[in-house]
Amino acid sequence: MSKKTDQNKLQDTPYSLGHTDEVEYEYQSPTGLDEDLIRKMSAMKKEPEWMLDRRLKALQIYEGMAMPTWGGDLSPIHGEEIHYYTRPKMDQAKSWDEVPDAIKKTFEKIGVPEAEREMLAGVKGQYDSEVIYGSLKRNLAEKGIVFLSMDEGLKQYPELVMEYFGKVVPIGDNKLAALNSAVWSGGSFVYVPKNVDVGLPLQAYFRINTESAGQFERTLIIADEGSRVHYIEGCSAPSFSSASLHSAVVEIFVKKGARVRYSTVQNWFKNVYNLVTKRAWVEENAEMKWVDGNLGSKLTMKYPSCILAGRKAHGELLSIAWAGAGQHQDTGAKMIHLAPETTSLIVSKSVSKGGGRATYRGMVQMVPGAYGSRSKVVCDALILDELSRSDTYPTNKIMENDVILEHEATVSRVSEEQLLYLQSRGINADEASTMIVNGFMEPVVKEIPLEYAVEMNRLVGLEMVGSVG
Amino acid sequence: MLKIKNLLVKVENKEILKGINLEIGKGEVMALMGPNGSGKSSLANTLIGNPIYEVTEGEIFFEGNNLLEMKPEERARLGIMMAFQYPTSIPGVTIREMLLAVLRAKGLTVSALDLKKQIAEEAEKLKVDPTLLNRNLNEGFSGGEKKKMEILQMRVLKPKLLVLDEVDSGLDIDALSLIAENVSEMVKEIKMSVLVITHYQRLLKYLVPDKVIVLKNGEVVDRGSKEVVDNLEKEGYKIYE
Repeated sequence: MSKKTDQNKLQDTPYSLGHTDEVEYEYQSPTGLDEDLIRKMSAMKKEPEWMLDRRLKALQIYEGMAMPTWGGDLSPIHGEEIHYYTRPKMDQAKSWDEVPDAIKKTFEKIGVPEAEREMLAGVKGQYDSEVIYGSLKRNLAEKGIVFLSMDEGLKQYPELVMEYFGKVVPIGDNKLAALNSAVWSGGSFVYVPKNVDVGLPLQAYFRINTESAGQFERTLIIADEGSRVHYIEGCSAPSFSSASLHSAVVEIFVKKGARVRYSTVQNWFKNVYNLVTKRAWVEENAEMKWVDGNLGSKLTMKYPSCILAGRKAHGELLSIAWAGAGQHQDTGAKMIHLAPETTSLIVSKSVSKGGGRATYRGMVQMVPGAYGSRSKVVCDALILDELSRSDTYPTNKIMENDVILEHEATVSRVSEEQLLYLQSRGINADEASTMIVNGFMEPVVKEIPLEYAVEMNRLVGLEMVGSVG
Repeated sequence: MLKIKNLLVKVENKEILKGINLEIGKGEVMALMGPNGSGKSSLANTLIGNPIYEVTEGEIFFEGNNLLEMKPEERARLGIMMAFQYPTSIPGVTIREMLLAVLRAKGLTVSALDLKKQIAEEAEKLKVDPTLLNRNLNEGFSGGEKKKMEILQMRVLKPKLLVLDEVDSGLDIDALSLIAENVSEMVKEIKMSVLVITHYQRLLKYLVPDKVIVLKNGEVVDRGSKEVVDNLEKEGYKIYE
């Protein structure tokens, strides 16, 4: 084990995937960000002129905007110390055999081959900034489904990308979205044709492996009318010694009558700043469901949003956040009701422990004319000790009378009564508290893909050892 | 099997058990009676190791093990189980998940599928609505359903000593006789010992005790066999005033 890993051990982080693999990089940009870097990057990717122009415009906006101050503490991020673009030393491999051993080992540790065996539709792994391994089942292609890295999507479907890229998350939406728009690399591009049901979930793994490597992936999903798709994004990052920045943008278009589910479990190492903008445009009778698990990172700021633009559109967010020692999970959702009879549901659960901080920050907005709409917000916080903290900041902007808005919030602790009950049956205190915490998280965890749910329960088990006297 | 000697217990510095002595043999049913606040439930809670109850003097031995040196879970693994008066709910956990964890904690190899089958069978015998088995344990259950779930756990865990804490409160006659029947059956089948705590005589018609102890203000005021119960039925607790 390297010194770096040992340093991180001091942070009280039983991180099951904690390791750094040796991978050679074909190119790594010097630290810092300027116009030259963006020109060079765009040229290396052989991008069309319009994309370069957007990147440069985004850079200009980024430089002119201040970091947000309303959420977590972003002051330790030093933009000039970050490598904004790294490229592993190989092209995207088409089959598992072509994947270099060092990378294979990493994937094995995070379970990609298992995922394959479990018949997941296609696996797209992102290794730092490039997708290096992806296998796509033939039936996807036969149905006309496009599942590519974003870079490849831009090459093969430039018209679609030009039309939708930056449409629901404009480049100047916020400083971090501007940063992503300037330096994005990798991510996924998905197009599902009209009335096509993808069936098995599409799965991507994101992974940061270089110290101080920023990862700025960009995902664009277009679900055409009447289609259905479930996209799974899983993240894990090995040990670093200095803070890393992950700032992604995800844009989703859910056309008339389509249904999209986007599941994420992030388990970044505890020095990663995870600042993500996720937004969906939801049309008539369409449904968007975000399932979001935040376990790792130092600070996560993420508020998946649905713009309910068509009559009877439905938006949902189910999230679980785990804030351990030194962690701040500042998460929530935004539901913007623009059309009549639109519905939304937000279920946000958080656990804070060992001085961790969990914040729910959400907004429900109903514009004039969104009559007959309803929204329900449920926030449950479990605080495991005196050191830890939970806050709730709900905002409602209701400009229409004929609507229903419900809000429930609870804050609880693991009760002595529950502990004694389980102990009196023969379960030891650590296991009993793990069971209670997992039980609290269960309504959201059951929505998460199985392999992640298992990892999540295991992680809770690790975190709970010795936490009860 | 269970020996309690000169037990003194405090809660928040208030003495609530003042020198209790009792013994329960294998397969014996002991009734622990007494008016409200006499210390019956405190004795039961001390027995299972509820940390709120502080033992200041005395001994509790179970099959030669010094219980006062053991954690609640260790006592449970020796075969002591309490059916709670007010079983707490455990959100997100079904009875199956809990029992699986309990059996595995005892070091047993259990197949989840076999256990599921066994629980379903026991539930049927106890006339438990099968949908309760898929729900979070005790969450939104009626008083009677909670008590039946406790007895269901007894049937699966087969304790050596069962502590029934006021199982009769809030139960109708049918449920009460069903529970008593099930407990009696275990006494016969596996020679389970029972400490049955009750305020009333009703339950003891169905679950006939071998020994009876009456507590008042933390002290034993009477002991004997079934006639103590009959006497109490006629005279009430005022005879101990």
